[in-house]
Amino acid sequence: MFKIVKKRELTPVTKLFVVEAPMVAKKALPGQFVIVRVTESGERIPLTIADYDAGAGTVTIVVQEVGKTSRLLGALPEGDRILDFVGPLGKPAPLIDRGLVVLVGGGFGVAPIYPIAKALKAKGVKVVSIIGARTKDLLILEEEMRGVSDELLVATDDGSKGHKGFVTDVLKQLIDEGRKIDQVIAIGPMVMMRAVARTTEPYKLKTLVSVDPIMVDGTGMCGACRLTVGGEVKFACVDGPIFDAHKVDFDEAVRRGRMYLPEQELAVKRMESSCAGGGCTCGGGH
Amino acid sequence: MSQDTTKKKPVKRPRAEMPAQDPKERIRNFNEVALGYDEETAVAEAERCLQCKNAACVEGCPVDVRIPEFVAKIRDRDFQAAYDLIKDTNSLPAICGRVCPQETQCEAKCVLGKKGEPVAIGRLERAAADWAMARSDRVKPELPEPNGKKVAVVGSGPAGLTCAGDLAKMGYKVTVFEALHAPGGVLIYGIPEFRLPKRIVAEEIKALSDLGVDVVCDVVVGKTITVDDLFAEGYDAVFLGTGAGLPMFMGIPGETLNGVYSANEFLTRTNLMKAYLFPEWDTPIKVGRRVAVVGGGNVAMDSVRCALRLGAEEAIIVYRRSEAEMPARAEEVHHAKEEGVIFRTLTNPVRVLGNEEGWVTGLECVRMELGEPDESGRRRPIPIEGSEFVLEVDTVVIAIGTTPNPLVSQTTPGLEVNRKGCLITRDESGLTTRDLVWAGGDAVTGAATVIEAMGAGKRAAAAIDKVLQGKG
Repeated sequence: MFKIVKKRELTPVTKLFVVEAPMVAKKALPGQFVIVRVTESGERIPLTIADYDAGAGTVTIVVQEVGKTSRLLGALPEGDRILDFVGPLGKPAPLIDRGLVVLVGGGFGVAPIYPIAKALKAKGVKVVSIIGARTKDLLILEEEMRGVSDELLVATDDGSKGHKGFVTDVLKQLIDEGRKIDQVIAIGPMVMMRAVARTTEPYKLKTLVSVDPIMVDGTGMCGACRLTVGGEVKFACVDGPIFDAHKVDFDEAVRRGRMYLPEQELAVKRMESSCAGGGCTCGGGH
Repeated sequence: MSQDTTKKKPVKRPRAEMPAQDPKERIRNFNEVALGYDEETAVAEAERCLQCKNAACVEGCPVDVRIPEFVAKIRDRDFQAAYDLIKDTNSLPAICGRVCPQETQCEAKCVLGKKGEPVAIGRLERAAADWAMARSDRVKPELPEPNGKKVAVVGSGPAGLTCAGDLAKMGYKVTVFEALHAPGGVLIYGIPEFRLPKRIVAEEIKALSDLGVDVVCDVVVGKTITVDDLFAEGYDAVFLGTGAGLPMFMGIPGETLNGVYSANEFLTRTNLMKAYLFPEWDTPIKVGRRVAVVGGGNVAMDSVRCALRLGAEEAIIVYRRSEAEMPARAEEVHHAKEEGVIFRTLTNPVRVLGNEEGWVTGLECVRMELGEPDESGRRRPIPIEGSEFVLEVDTVVIAIGTTPNPLVSQTTPGLEVNRKGCLITRDESGLTTRDLVWAGGDAVTGAATVIEAMGAGKRAAAAIDKVLQGKG
C-alpha cells in the first residue's frame, strides 16, 4: 500500500497526488510512468510520472477523471493509501544536453511535461514551454511550468487566457519567427500530439511524443499497448512511451485507444447509479 | 520402503476415471473441470500400484517425488503421510497434481502402462494434496534455525516458489520479488481458473509464508531495483525465475487491429484481472461471436476454452501442422474437443482482415501439407499454393509462443543471454554468467512446463546452499 502524502485539486476533474513510494522515487526519471490499481477488483492503469523526489521518497502523479478507475483514484483523500503503485516503467525521455527545446503540453499532458522541463533546465538547456487547455480553468501547473521554463506561452481554445486557439498555432509562430529549435517534445491528447507532429514535420524538426495507450501489466508481457512506429510494431510500455512523432501511426493509436469505450461508459454509468442509491464511495459528488 | 507397504498385493482393475463437470455445463462457468478423486477412488487406484523396487516412475519426475511410497500411504488410507512424503521433495503438490504432463513423465515410465494403463499418479498426488488442504488444522511447519544468509528470488512463478521453499527449509531468509500485484506468475495470470483454481495457488503461497518466505509484489526487478542493488542491500545470492513473458506475434498484416490479442493479454485479462466477472470487476475483454486462436500448445487450448466460457459461440483452433504434432497435452485437447472447440489443423494465418473502423472481421488462412522433418523432428508444414480462404471471426488470439523478458538481463552487467533471449547457464544448477546469480525455468529454457521450472528451482536452491555454505 502506498500512502498519499499530499493531494491537490488542479481542476474539478484533475487531481495531483504526492505518493510515498521510496523505491520508485529512487529510480524515476522524466518520461517514465507507473501502473496503479485502486481496488481489489480494479483495473491496472498507467499514469505518467509528474515529479519525483528521491530524498523524500515520493512520486507525484496527476490523474484526470475519465473512466471508473481514474474517478476512484481521484476520490481518494490525503492520507489514504493506493493499493498498488509499480514502476518506474518505460524508457526515460532522451534529453539533449544543449540548445533550445520547445515543450508542448496539452490538457493534463502538462503534468508529465513538468519533470522534463525541470531536468532540461537543470542541464542548462533553454526551455520554451507552450501549455494549453480548452479554457483557462482547465489549465494546470502554470506557475510550476513558469518556474522551470525560460519562456512560458499559453493557449486556450476559447481565448480566456493567452493565445486564442491551439498550442500548434503558437508552436508554428515560434518556428516561423526563425528560432533555432533543436527539439520539440509534446505530451497531451493523441489528437494534439498528431497536430504537433504535422506542424513540425515540414520543417524536419526533431519531435518526440509520449503515447498513452491501454496497458495491463506495463512490463512487456501482454502487448495491449502495441503501436506502429516507422512501420514496425512497438510496445509502448518497454520500447516507449516516448517515440519519434513523425513515425507514429496516430490513426491506429487513436483507434486502439477507443477499443473499450462502451465498457468504460457502462462502468461509469453503473458507478453513478450506485452513487444515486447512496452508500457511494466515489466521492464524485453525484 | 517400510515392510507393510510391500506385503499387500496389487489389485488388478482398470484405471479409475476422473470425475469431471459435464462439458455442456462447464463451458458456461469458470469452475474447475476435473473434480478429483474421492478417498475411496483414490485408495482403489493406489491399490493398482505394483510397488516396484526400482521405481521407474521416480526417474520420470523432475523433482524426484517418492512415488511408490506415497501411493502406498494412500492405499493404506494414511493421506497425511502421503502428503508429507510428496511435500518433502515437491513444494507445490496441489498444483503439480493438476497441471503436470504426467503422461510424458512419471506415468510414461509406469510398468503397468506397458500392457495397460499406468497408475494415475498425478490424480493421486492431487488427492493427497487436496485432502491436506481441506484440513483447517494443518500444522505449521517447524522453522529451521536461521543460518544468517539472505537470498533474493526474482519472480514468483513455479521456479521461484520452489527455489524459495527449498532455501527457506534450509534456514535461509528468502525474499521473493514479484512484478505483478499478486504472486504466482504463470500460475495466476496464465493457467485458467477451470484448470487450476486460484485459491489453490494462494494456499501454496501461504504455505511458503508459513516457512518465513517474504513475498513482495509490485517490484519490477530491472526497473524498481536492479540485481546489483540487491547485492548492495545485503543479499548473498540471487535466483532469477523471471519466466518467458514476452508474447510472440506472427508479423502478418492486420495484427494491430482491434480484436487481436496475444494469448498473454487474453489470459491475463481473463485470469489475473477476472474479466469474466466484468462489470463487477473492472477489467473488460472483447470476445465476439467467433474466436480464432492461433497455435497448438497448452496456452492455445487454455485460450480457446476461455473464449467459450466468455461467451463465444464458436471457438476455433488454427494450427499449421496436424493434430499429431500438437504440443498441447492430450488431456487438454480432449477437454477442448468435448467442449465443442473446432480444430482447423494444417491451416496457417496469412492476414487479419478488418473493417473501416479497424475491428477484426476475419482471418485469411492458407492450407498446409506436411513435408520433411525439420530441426524439431516434426514434419515441416508447407503452404499449398492457391488454397487461401477466409475464416470469418471477430476475435483473434495469437498463441504461438513466448520469449524471456529482457528487463533483468538488460540491466545486469555480465548477465549473458543467447540469441533467443534465454539466460545462459554455466552448469546443471543454473549458475548464470554472473557469480552468485542462478536462474531457472522458462527464463533459461524458453517456454516449457511448470514441473521443469520447479526442477530447475530445486537444483538451484541446492547449489546456492552448497556455495553459500562453502561446500561448493
